[in-house]
Formats: sequence, structure tokens, C-alpha cells
Amino acid sequence: MEDAPALERIVRELLSSQRLAVLATETRGKPYTSLIAFAAAPDLTTLVFATPRPTRKFSNLSENARISLLVDNRSNREEDFAEAAAATILGSVREATGEERESSLALFLEKHPYLSSFARSPNCAIFRVEVEAFYVVSRFQSVSELHVRR
Amino acid sequence: MKVLLPISKAVGEDRALVGGKTLALARLGTAGFKVPKALCVTTEAYRRFVESGGLRGAIARELGRKRFEDMRWEEIWDAALRIRTLFDRTAWPVDLDTELREGVRSVFGDRPVAVRSSAPGEDGVTASFAGLHESFLNVKGPAAVLDNVRRVFASLWSDRALLYRKELRLTPTGSAMAVLVQEMIPAKRSGVVFGVSPSDPAQAVVESVWGLNEGLVDGTVEPDRWILCRRTGRVIAHHAPVREKRVEPGPAGTVLSSLPPDLSGHPPISDDEACAVFQLALGAEAFFGSPQDVEWCFGNEVLHVLQSRPVTTRSTPDGSDDRSWYLSLKRSFANLKTLRTRVEGELLPAMAREAEALASVDLPALDDGELEEEVRRREAAVRNWEGIYKNEFIPLAHGARLFGQFYNDAVAPEDPFEFTRLLSGTGMLSLERNALLHELAQRLRTDRLLADRVARDGRGDAGFESRLGRLFQEYGDVFGSEGSEAGRKGILSLLLEMSRRPLGAPGGSAADSAALRDRFFSRFDGEARDFAAELLGLARDCYRLRDDDNIFLGRLQVALARVVEEQSRRASGRGREGAGRIGHAGTIETLNDPSAPPGGGDPPVMESASFLQRDRQLVGHPAGPGFAQGPARVVRKTADLFDFRAGEILVCDAVDPNMTFAIPLAGGVVERRGGMLIHGAIIAREYGIPCVTGIPDAVHRIRTGDMLSVDGYLGIVTRA
Repeated sequence: MEDAPALERIVRELLSSQRLAVLATETRGKPYTSLIAFAAAPDLTTLVFATPRPTRKFSNLSENARISLLVDNRSNREEDFAEAAAATILGSVREATGEERESSLALFLEKHPYLSSFARSPNCAIFRVEVEAFYVVSRFQSVSELHVRR
Repeated sequence: MKVLLPISKAVGEDRALVGGKTLALARLGTAGFKVPKALCVTTEAYRRFVESGGLRGAIARELGRKRFEDMRWEEIWDAALRIRTLFDRTAWPVDLDTELREGVRSVFGDRPVAVRSSAPGEDGVTASFAGLHESFLNVKGPAAVLDNVRRVFASLWSDRALLYRKELRLTPTGSAMAVLVQEMIPAKRSGVVFGVSPSDPAQAVVESVWGLNEGLVDGTVEPDRWILCRRTGRVIAHHAPVREKRVEPGPAGTVLSSLPPDLSGHPPISDDEACAVFQLALGAEAFFGSPQDVEWCFGNEVLHVLQSRPVTTRSTPDGSDDRSWYLSLKRSFANLKTLRTRVEGELLPAMAREAEALASVDLPALDDGELEEEVRRREAAVRNWEGIYKNEFIPLAHGARLFGQFYNDAVAPEDPFEFTRLLSGTGMLSLERNALLHELAQRLRTDRLLADRVARDGRGDAGFESRLGRLFQEYGDVFGSEGSEAGRKGILSLLLEMSRRPLGAPGGSAADSAALRDRFFSRFDGEARDFAAELLGLARDCYRLRDDDNIFLGRLQVALARVVEEQSRRASGRGREGAGRIGHAGTIETLNDPSAPPGGGDPPVMESASFLQRDRQLVGHPAGPGFAQGPARVVRKTADLFDFRAGEILVCDAVDPNMTFAIPLAGGVVERRGGMLIHGAIIAREYGIPCVTGIPDAVHRIRTGDMLSVDGYLGIVTRA
């Protein structure tokens, strides 16, 4: 069973090693999931991602800023059941503008330089996720929560 | 890649495919040594078997429930048993089954064979601790051979192998096992030779027994021993044991039998033959370029090599590594029978007498000098019994395990711990003692006037008070002394709480157990059935005695605590109220598991600069089936139990016998100490209460009042 520093290491490792996360949004009682590229700030409590405005997720986020994200390191092998870790992230988003858009873009492109033209496109919104908690799942069923101190 | 190879074709093969044992024998065979005819089931067969059965993920999950360093030995044994059951219940892929079956049939037909492990990674470890993996002798017919090959496969993950997982570099993805299927030599005389003596490099040692080698290797038959000079090859000394037994082929497998009188007076081999055996070891040494340990036998008066491996130095010469103690816990059936007689007939009664003698001393009447003397006497008594506990009581637990494996081999149940249901209902002391508690609760339950009076005045009628006095006697110091206000209040509050709850009694479903027992016995006939019954009897005794010993040791430790209390009372000049001592539970735990930190260790760090941790779902081991929900009651000392409310989940570091009385009230039991055969799990199962053991830092991660779900099927505890 992990303690808080070990859990934080697991989260840090997941957020730096994984390029993609599953984003869950919701509108009018209808849940919806999307695969997104993301990047995390060094303190782990802010995440950024990019999405073009005509998308379903953009429209959902405009109506409800509460989101959940799933980041995991599974490899689609049997051993995943013992070895893979996953973090379910709870939080809310807001679109970054002005100065904040530039710094968020920089954070995002540092991890995903190959997505530069996509993320810099004028019709692409940059979202910042304010993390409230990580629910860390390891060893198949061991679950511990890390709540961000505010 | 080949799944089956004749040993003669294994010479040029990779060790990773055929394993060390096969390769060594194959090479010796080509060099002219007499080795039995054999087939090698390769690691490729292992790979295909585990892949088709999805076993890799299952093994990884079994070993990944928690950090390996957090696993106690009992949990490792439990994990090994679960893995073994998985292998037993996994069918061979059809094409592999056909290929192996045909191969074995064409070479051996229905003639008896030995099925031996040939692990690629075992060199360097097995020489020090032979028997990490399993071997089966006198196996007849392809179907039985395949069953046993599967068990040898499973023994790659035996409890012993898992202890040495680092040295063996065991991983679910990388490790594999080969198996040697060897013609059975009908040996009348056999033995081992150490090309270099472990204690003197100028000497060699030859050991020999009548019958098969198995008895020598597992320690049930004491061998004749010859010490030889390596330089001259001559015998320096011969030590003869009292020769009583030998291992022989039975109808299937082997049997331990008494040695006929005409053999017991003679060593199995002559001095000249001992020299010939040593020459064999020297020959193997010259061939391999390093001293060898060789297993040998005489078949039709010809000296055969059964296996040969390099001599390695014992990795734990000073015994500082607890693993060697753990390995010594594995006992044979014969050894356990002797141990049972000694524990039941001599040790426990002696312990009871000593505890009684100590309890009868009138401590306040002693002068200070006598009191000091009494402290020393009791310290010595406790030390003495703790030593006996570790060396004689703990190994008795293996009786239940031996039966468990036997039961699983015979029945192949879906639940690897089904066998424990045949071990319950043995009249354990801790349950008998609880009966008195139930009787008092029943009085309150049926006589509400009495209950009201007890609740109001803190006293019952004369009959009630007399039984209550008896209860205080029975539980010794558990509730504090009889006069203690806190102890009395606590126990009355507990009894009233029990009386508000419907009568619960241990036993589970007797009809279910009877059906299981019938099913178990239906797998055997004649002598085999008698043996099964005897083994079950042994296991039931071991299970019961293994629990009773805790109570007696507890009494002795309480006796010591009392005298120390009396001393400190005099020193401080004021009385001290004994609201229940639980301190010795930690000692019992340390004896059972030398690696355990006393008191369950330090609390984990639950926060960092940026985060606060909250555990949602904790994974341990399923130790008592069932599902329960309720508020947690974290118990660190007996007095905590007086506040116990019916339906609460008992959360503790380790349930010790002095806490047993509260279990019938509990909705579920959660403990840090892990295992299926530990006290808390045994008692919870007796009462049919869901139980999860092996939750790391349980008393730190769970707080009194937390709403818990206890899943005793999956071994999971969830906090709401």
C-alpha cells in the first residue's frame, strides 16, 4: 500500500509518460468521452489541452465545466492487471486567453511539438484544467485519493 | 520449438529450454555415466500451457496484490496455493495434450516414472535449498504424468521458490519451467554424495538410505553417513543412525514403511560401495569441472545417477536469514504426527500447569525480595515457552497446509481454501471460552428485568454474578481484574450489546461440511482412504492446537505482566487500574512472523506539500467469505472493545485470542496481519463473518466511524 509521496510519484510518472488521456464531459445528462493530448504543469495541479471549437467536447465544456480525465499506462497485456496504474482526475476547466493562452500553449507544445500547427490554429481553444483530486488505481484494485490542498 | 525431447537429444540444447537438471544428466549420459531413460517436457510446453490458460496475468495479479516486501510468509504460502490450484484447474491445450500424451506413452507406456522439476534458473539456489520445486515419484500412465507435470510447472511458484524470487529472478513474464520424466529405478538402496563436504573442503560426504531417496531428501529417513578423504578416496568415518523406516513405491506415489528387522541391522551400502559412490562424484566433477552434489541409487546392483548439480555454498550459514527458519517449518506427515503427540500430550498441559502455578501465587503477600525473584522466574518461564512456541507450535501449523494441498490435489476445488471448512468445529479453547460469554448474554436476552437491572445498577442477581465471576476467571486478565471498575463496566456494556442481538453461534452449516467431507473421501479407496482420514484428523488437531497455544502463551504473558504491575504499583505507591492488557499480542505476532514490526509499524505518511491522501479501496486477502457494510471500530487495546456495537467492522493490527470474544458481535473483520490460517480468520470463519486480512497499515488507514464495505470473497475493503 502506497503512502502520499509514493502516490505523488505514480501520478507524476503517469502525467509525464503518457501523451493521451480520456476526457469525460457531460451535457444535459449525457456523458461523452474523447481521447485528447495533454500536458501537466510541474506542480501537477494544472493540466492543459487543446480542442477546435466546432467539436462536441467544446460544446459540452461550454455548458458544463466539470470534467473527469483518465490517464493510465496499460500496455494491453495480461500483466496490466497487476502492473498498470491509472489516475482518474476530477476538476474543472476554463478556456485560457491572452497571456495565459501563450503560457499554456508553451507548456502544451513542449510536450507535443508535433502538434504545433494544430494547437496554434486560430480556431483551436486552449483549456486549463484545475485539478481537485487524483484517484489513483494500482495493483488492479487498490484505490487511493490525492486531494489538492487549496 | 520442441515441447518434448528424449534426454539423449537434449545435450546440445539451451539450458533455457530444458533446464539445468536435464542438461546435466544428458551430458553425463553421453559421457558413459549410467542415467535413467528420460524425456524432457521443455519450457516451450510451459509457455504454451500458461499462454493458452491466461495464467501469466493471473500469476501477476496474485503476486501483485501488494508490495512483495509487505507480504508475510503465510500470505506467500496462500498465494502459492492459489497459483497451484489455478494450474490444477487449467486444461492442457488439445494439441499439446495429444503431443505429450503420445510421447510419454510411446516411451514409457504405463511403466512407473519419476516426474522431476528441471528449472532453467535454479542453479546456485537449489543446491543450497534443495526442494524449492516439486518432484513426484512412481507415477503411472500418461494421464497421471500430465497431471504431475502441471504440478511441477506450478511449483515454479511454490512458497519456497517465491521466498527466493530475487535470487531466482522470478517474473511472471520471463520465468518458465521444464520437467524431466524419468524411468523409475526400483532402487533398494539410494543416497546422495557431496563431492565436497560443506564443513571441510578436504572431505567428501556420502549419505545412504534403504529404499528410495525421497525419505532422505525430505528428512523423514535418517541416513547412514560416511566421511571420506578427497585425496585418498578412503573412508574416514561412518556414522550409523537408528534405522527404522524406508520409502518404497506404493500403488501410486510412495509410502513410508517400517524397515524389516533383517535390514535395520545393516547399513544400506558397504564401505567399498561408499568409495565407489564417491568415485562417481569425482567422475562427475572431472567431467563438469567443479565439485558436484549427486543423487544416486543402486538399481539391479548398477550405480545410477539420478541428478547432479554443482556444489554451492550455503547462502545462510549463520542463520541470520529468517528464510531458513521458514523453510524448516515444512514438515512431513510422520514428523507432524510425532509433533502433535508431543504438543497435545506434553507441552500444552505443561504450559497450562505452569500458568496455573503462576496465577496461584499471592503476589501482594510477597516481600520485595521475593517479588523480584518472582519477576525473574516469570521472565524465564515466558522466554522458555516463547522458544518452544517458535520451534514446536508454529511448525504444527503445517499440518493444515499439508492437508490443504492434499485436499486440493484430490478434489481440485474452485476455492483453494475450501479445505478449511473441514477443519472447523474442533472445540477450540477460544470458542469454548466464548460460550460462557454467550450464556450470560442469553440470560440478559431472555430476562429483560435482569437486563434492565444490570443496565441500571451495574449488578445482576446472584446467579448472574456468580457466572460473571467465573467469566473473569476464565479470561484471566483480559478484562482487567474482577474488582476493576472499568473492566466490569466494559464487560457489562458488551454483554448488554450482545443481548440486543439475535443469538449467533459458531459452526456454519454442518450439512455443507459433511457433504464436502463425503466428496473428499469419495476420491479414495481402501488404504488411500485410511490415509486421507488420518491426514484430515491430523490437520484438524493441528488447526485446533495451533489456536489453543496462543491462549496458553497469553496466560503466561499475563502472569508476567501482573508481577511487573505489582512491582510498579509498589514503586509508585498507588494502585493501577488494569483496564485490559493486550500488549502480549505484539509478542505473539513477532514470534509468528519475525519480520513483522511490533504493533504494526509506523503510520504511513498521508500527506505531502500539495496533497492530502485518502484511501478509498484497500486490497488484502479474502480470508472469510461474505459481504458486510458497517461503521469501523479500530481496536488497539482490549478496552476499545467495550465500546463495540453490534454490526461494527472490527479493524485491528492482529486479532489475538484475548479479543476473540467481540467477534460474534462484529459485522466483519479486517486486519493487517495476512493469511488464511491465522487466528482472526479462523474465528471469523467459525462464526460465518466476512473477513479480510493483510490490509497494510489497517489501523492507520482506517478510522473508527468510517463506513466500510468488507468483501470477504475478493479480499477488498472499501471506505465510503
